[in-house]
Amino acid sequence: MTAPGGQLLSHVVAFARALRAEGLVVTPAQTATFARALGEISIFDPVAFFHAAQSSLVTRREDQPRFAEVFRKFWHSFGLGRLPSELLSRTTIPPKKEQKARPSEVGKEPPSSGESSHQALPMVDRALTFSEAEVLKHKRFDLMTEAELEAAQRLLYTFAWNPPERHTRRMKSIGKEQLDLRLSFRRSLKHQGELIDLAWRTHKTKPRPLVALADVSGSMERYARMLLLFLHAFGLQHARSTARRVETFTFGTRLTRITHTLKKRSVDAALSEVGQQVKDWSGGTRIGGCLHSFNQTWARRVLGQGAVVLVISDGWDQGEPELLAFEMERLQKSCYRLIWLNPLIGTPGYQPLTRGLVAAMPFIDEFLPVHNLSSLEMLVEALVEGQGSNVKSRRSNVEGQGSNVESRGSRAKSRRPRTVPRWTID
Amino acid sequence: MILKMIPSSALETQKALEAHHYIADKGLSVAVFLALKLGRPLLLEGEPGVGKTEIVKVLAQMLSTRLIRLQCYEGLDISSAVYEWDYARQMMQIRLMEATGERDQERVRHEVFGTEFLLKRPLLQALESVDGRAPVLLIDELDRADEEFEAFLLEFLSDWQITVPEVGTLRAERPPVVVITSNRTREIHDALKRRCMYYWIDYPSFEKEYRIVREKVPGVPEKLAQQAVAFVQELRKQDLYKAPGVAETLDWVSSLMALDQTALSITVIEETMGVLLKYQDDVLKAKNQAQSLLARAQMPAVL
Repeated sequence: MTAPGGQLLSHVVAFARALRAEGLVVTPAQTATFARALGEISIFDPVAFFHAAQSSLVTRREDQPRFAEVFRKFWHSFGLGRLPSELLSRTTIPPKKEQKARPSEVGKEPPSSGESSHQALPMVDRALTFSEAEVLKHKRFDLMTEAELEAAQRLLYTFAWNPPERHTRRMKSIGKEQLDLRLSFRRSLKHQGELIDLAWRTHKTKPRPLVALADVSGSMERYARMLLLFLHAFGLQHARSTARRVETFTFGTRLTRITHTLKKRSVDAALSEVGQQVKDWSGGTRIGGCLHSFNQTWARRVLGQGAVVLVISDGWDQGEPELLAFEMERLQKSCYRLIWLNPLIGTPGYQPLTRGLVAAMPFIDEFLPVHNLSSLEMLVEALVEGQGSNVKSRRSNVEGQGSNVESRGSRAKSRRPRTVPRWTID
Repeated sequence: MILKMIPSSALETQKALEAHHYIADKGLSVAVFLALKLGRPLLLEGEPGVGKTEIVKVLAQMLSTRLIRLQCYEGLDISSAVYEWDYARQMMQIRLMEATGERDQERVRHEVFGTEFLLKRPLLQALESVDGRAPVLLIDELDRADEEFEAFLLEFLSDWQITVPEVGTLRAERPPVVVITSNRTREIHDALKRRCMYYWIDYPSFEKEYRIVREKVPGVPEKLAQQAVAFVQELRKQDLYKAPGVAETLDWVSSLMALDQTALSITVIEETMGVLLKYQDDVLKAKNQAQSLLARAQMPAVL
């Protein structure tokens, strides 16, 4: 058989365009593969036709339902859209995005309701001077005015993050960990095969993947915008600097993965799309349930290679504390370090006593504030210094407790997280 | 010659796979057929234990050719994936040449980097056809390898050639049949995915799994196979951390046979749960529900 002729080919191209219009990435090379595949497959066998199209045009399982939908619509008019129902049964398409303009407002105080506890600073439009930047760094996000938030946002994008690194199994030819036979031998050829000048190599290091789970429920509303900005800035920097993977999820009553959305270069575009994507803005919180679905669906896919997990939440949880504790334990066991960021630590006199936090606390490696810019800087520092000593202590702790695994309580006690020495930040 | 071995349609592929005891869905047969026909790598993803690696072995049998397997891991480098020089023998050779009075640098160099000192690793082996038949190359669990290796693979898969600086460029007479599997512990790079035919292998339906069990566990009583498969199917609907794959079902049925069971009973299920589930939390959860799962599994199956 040969590749399809003009008529069919033009439909194939139109189909690829229809897929692109639905947001699926289809390259011309893939379209060509599909066209060639049609030379081998009878288009009167709808099932084979469907699978030929799917396996040549789709490279992600998540895209398959959307693909099936476009496929059905597009080929229906040709009488090819009639597929056995089982092919389409799994294809429940999420309803079209509601136009719910959201997160550009999230975190910004409603203009009229203005709390009278603090006075709005006069809006002055000028470049941030050094001292102002210093002041801004220590101001709590929830007390910032519009202008300050914007300034803080600009400041955020100038931060330099130094991510924690891990040793990989890949070698580089610097340092002295292992003999590089290949290079040594080549050098020896200069001296009639005498191994005079030995070559050595060391394991390469690579930044650890970072997985952020951000609470966007009602109680976190005032911080959510700033935290998303932080995650965006952080993700953007690492997209630039090679191999770092940053995964971002939001949770409230359900878990949403926003990694791809946050990759957009423009903050505003990214945030407004996140707002459309996340359905549970400012709703309730079921941290346990959300962590459960994270552990089920995502943990194995994003926590590989020693990831650091950030849970950003104030710990107000409406779910069962037992479930939360269970899922936190599982999460901690499957990542390199579990860091809980709590904006409330910045509040004077704050004690982490909510039911959720009490349940989660034993499984947290670090408990850090995240209420102003300087705390974000501290976080980045903590990520770097966490490389060394205290990580080993987490491991030895687990081993030491190996014998009485039954009682979660006893183990919990011995694993108090390392917290910031001060609960309140002046 | 190899062309004769390739099935001429998706249906024929499905039948050929079945003849080698692999029960494939229509979709998978289409993907396999197109991969063979268009000379594209086949990328298989799916939960562990759904038969990703198995189909490759069957494919090699079906095409009656060699199977070359490259198990991926982090830090997989050229010396274990492509080639390495046999340094010890090279050293020896230099000494031998020295003993015969050979001192010419160029000659030594030329001698020492001959192909007989080249240790071929899987990717290089895959370029060689034996009896005019290209091998089947399985690149297993690519998600375990790092990005550096993936980048290298990209080049290999598009040109079917490898450059050994000391020897030159080695090209495949016939491109090998390449199957890549991934468990998705990491997302494979898009550029690589786009070069492949992609198929997601799902957990099988009751009918399919039942056929697999009958095919793979010879002599299994019909009733036991039915009940066991129905039980596993029910188990997969539960909220488990790691649902049992087909491999686990097969192990379980074999274990049940080894224990001389002809039908499921609650005690035996509890005793053998460890074959199906590999997480303690899952085992506990399943044990609590074993009674109701069993009841559902014992309902007369519609075959």
